[in-house]
Amino acid sequence: MTRRSLVDRAGTFIGLVVVATIFGLVVGSQFYAPGNLELMARQAAIVCVAAIGMTVVIAAGGIDLSVGSMIALTTVAIALALKAGMGPASAAAVGIGAAALCGLVNGILVTQLKVVPFIVTLGTMLIVRGAAKGLAEERRIEAPFTWLNDLLRTQRGPALLPAGIWAVVAAALVIAAVLRYTRLGRHVFAIGSNERMARLCGVAIPRTKIAVYTLSGVLTGVAGLLQFSKLSVGDPTVGVGAELDVIAAVIIGGGSLTGGRGSVAGTMMGAAIMTIIQIGCSQKGLANWVQQIVTGAIIVAAVALDRVRSAKGR
Amino acid sequence: MQFDMQGIRKAFGATQALDGVDLSVASGEICGLVGQNGAGKSTLMAVLSGALEPDAGAMTIDARPYAPRSPIDARRAGVAMIYQELSLAPDLTVMENLLIGAEPTLTWSRVPGLRSLVPGLVDWRAMRARASAALAQLGHDDIAPDAIVGDLPVAQQQLVEIARALAIGCRVLVLDEPTSSLGRADVEHLFALLRRLKAQGHAIVYISHFIEEVQAITDRYVVLRDGRNVGGGATADATADGIVALMVGAQASDLFARGARQAGAALLEVAGFEPGSATFTLHRGEILGIAGLVGSGRTRFLRALFGLEPVRAGRVRIGAYAGGAASPRARWRAGMGLLSEDRKNEGLALGLSVADNLTLSRLEPFGPAALVLPGRQRRTAAGWIARLAVKCSGPDQAIGELSGGNQQKVAIARLLHHDVDVLVLDEPTRGIDVGSKAQIYRLIEDLAAGSDARPSRAVLMVSSYLPELLGLCDRIAVMQRGRLQPPRPAAGLTEHELVLDATGAAGRS
Repeated sequence: MTRRSLVDRAGTFIGLVVVATIFGLVVGSQFYAPGNLELMARQAAIVCVAAIGMTVVIAAGGIDLSVGSMIALTTVAIALALKAGMGPASAAAVGIGAAALCGLVNGILVTQLKVVPFIVTLGTMLIVRGAAKGLAEERRIEAPFTWLNDLLRTQRGPALLPAGIWAVVAAALVIAAVLRYTRLGRHVFAIGSNERMARLCGVAIPRTKIAVYTLSGVLTGVAGLLQFSKLSVGDPTVGVGAELDVIAAVIIGGGSLTGGRGSVAGTMMGAAIMTIIQIGCSQKGLANWVQQIVTGAIIVAAVALDRVRSAKGR
Repeated sequence: MQFDMQGIRKAFGATQALDGVDLSVASGEICGLVGQNGAGKSTLMAVLSGALEPDAGAMTIDARPYAPRSPIDARRAGVAMIYQELSLAPDLTVMENLLIGAEPTLTWSRVPGLRSLVPGLVDWRAMRARASAALAQLGHDDIAPDAIVGDLPVAQQQLVEIARALAIGCRVLVLDEPTSSLGRADVEHLFALLRRLKAQGHAIVYISHFIEEVQAITDRYVVLRDGRNVGGGATADATADGIVALMVGAQASDLFARGARQAGAALLEVAGFEPGSATFTLHRGEILGIAGLVGSGRTRFLRALFGLEPVRAGRVRIGAYAGGAASPRARWRAGMGLLSEDRKNEGLALGLSVADNLTLSRLEPFGPAALVLPGRQRRTAAGWIARLAVKCSGPDQAIGELSGGNQQKVAIARLLHHDVDVLVLDEPTRGIDVGSKAQIYRLIEDLAAGSDARPSRAVLMVSSYLPELLGLCDRIAVMQRGRLQPPRPAAGLTEHELVLDATGAAGRS
């Protein structure tokens, strides 16, 4: 890690503090009440966990536009598995496995066809969406009620937070450690910074990229599981455009679409900033269009600030 | 049209690339510009064509002051540069390329100032007619104006490039190594065209490494060395030997104090290797140099040897490993490391830290399983930083913030961290300051000589700077048009001989 990435994270942190302060003043002190914070955490969880996977993809110089479709496929797969009489744990595994398979296919296509990931995942975005609709026969799939539906439910007692939120926190810690403390993590940044150098240094580029896209698939599967928990049905039309929220969280968090930069902590803060704007605007009674304009402005401002910072760093 | 450059000076940082150069070419004249790699030819032509602004000096065209601020400026003033890499749009047609930026339009306004403001519709008929006329003027009406440029052979693309320069009224043409990708017959066609253009009164600067071409086509020649004029005259009166003597000059190589080295067992054996037609053996404790012109295939050979480019044929033995093509990963494992000539785009990741750049090829020592413990990685990197005297704030600094010389030391330290036996160095001192150069020379000698702690290694290096090769290497092989000649002991060689070999001028004068 260079000194630059510390600066990047400080910038996102300041942004988070500013946004939180503004909405705290506008909405009032109840904005910081534990119940409201938990509401925001529940709201952020789905984008957050997918964005953790996307952070790794973007740090490796890639992009994955198919995550929204993968979330829909996961909800459909879980609902079908439950309906077929599988246990909740096996059904969750089937859903996450389906998303992991999509990620694996993305990785294989990107490395073997040598087509840029934007195009490959633009294609798989449509293919996976189509597959989800086909499996569900273009309908929502009702599923029996199980503990999977409680993953984002408020907990009373020692757990403090819903299990789903703990899962996101655990995923964040694990992926942050993988990026920082393993060979895979160092190889991810090397490929994203300069793929030619990584090749010169003997980094196994196809294997690393396939691992990255598969990892992103697994985390997107977890996002899909949380989405199912919230909906309690399998919905092949859910998550349209979710990939853009996910990518936005990574970019606000200091990730660079040219690769080589990005951190889990930054991404979490990026997702937090977007959620605060969303919840804050709706609690203030502002219309959805205001919230969209503010979020869009934040994205442009984050990238513009980043330009200024990196220009000074040279 | 005639141009005149007087006392042109240009410095890049501490390097004085041009130190008061004069050049003038008259209408109806072809002037050859020759010099070794790095003599200042390209810089001088960049100044003439508006790509660089000189620090000092004066230029005139037809006795009027000429100070272009951009290549477009220069083209408007009538000076066009035809580069080695052609600057055409390959997906467009010949006529679109010819008249790019000057497309005839169906304008409803005849006021010249307004014409560019009004969005005009392209007048395709006029465009085709003007393109045909321009090609006919060159004597090449065999090229169809409707052909897609990317589908044409390279020789015809070059003609399109020249035709474009003429179509917008350029009368001074600069050709930089125009024959590097042409076959024999195409070279003859090009020469015939240049003679016609000369007869039409154009002033032409012809840059080439090949002395025989300069003798065949130019009227006059000018030799540059170390950014200065060192001679020139009528080509008819010159011999190849005389021109090479001017290019080389008399230089002392006292930067190098060759220690006693003992060649040991064979570490690298290359046989019938393609690309490069290379066969040689490199021993422990030996430095083998490869000389040759830029573009002669030296870098391609090294990259193929290391597994970065396809291997067409041949066998390689490195230590215990024997085989043909292999991945860079396998080469590292066999004990071979490559220093890339392209430090910024391939050698280093400028956004990453010094420690990451230095250790990437071998992260295994930094933790059990697949772990990389940053403390251990940082300590190892700090050790190399101290040993090679790299100037930086520490292992965590982004390597892009370091000077070229310090970046290069880190790139070399990667090979030392990996502890390879065979170091393959492509232009190890390109673009770095004199102090770092001397340190790198000493380091290379130490590595080849070995010590009590570490047995000697073998070094294979490519360099365009001949004193460096003669000063460091035990043996030198010359790459000539993609074929590596057998290595010869450096002790008996001179710069003069190497240049004659590399330019293919040996055996004639």
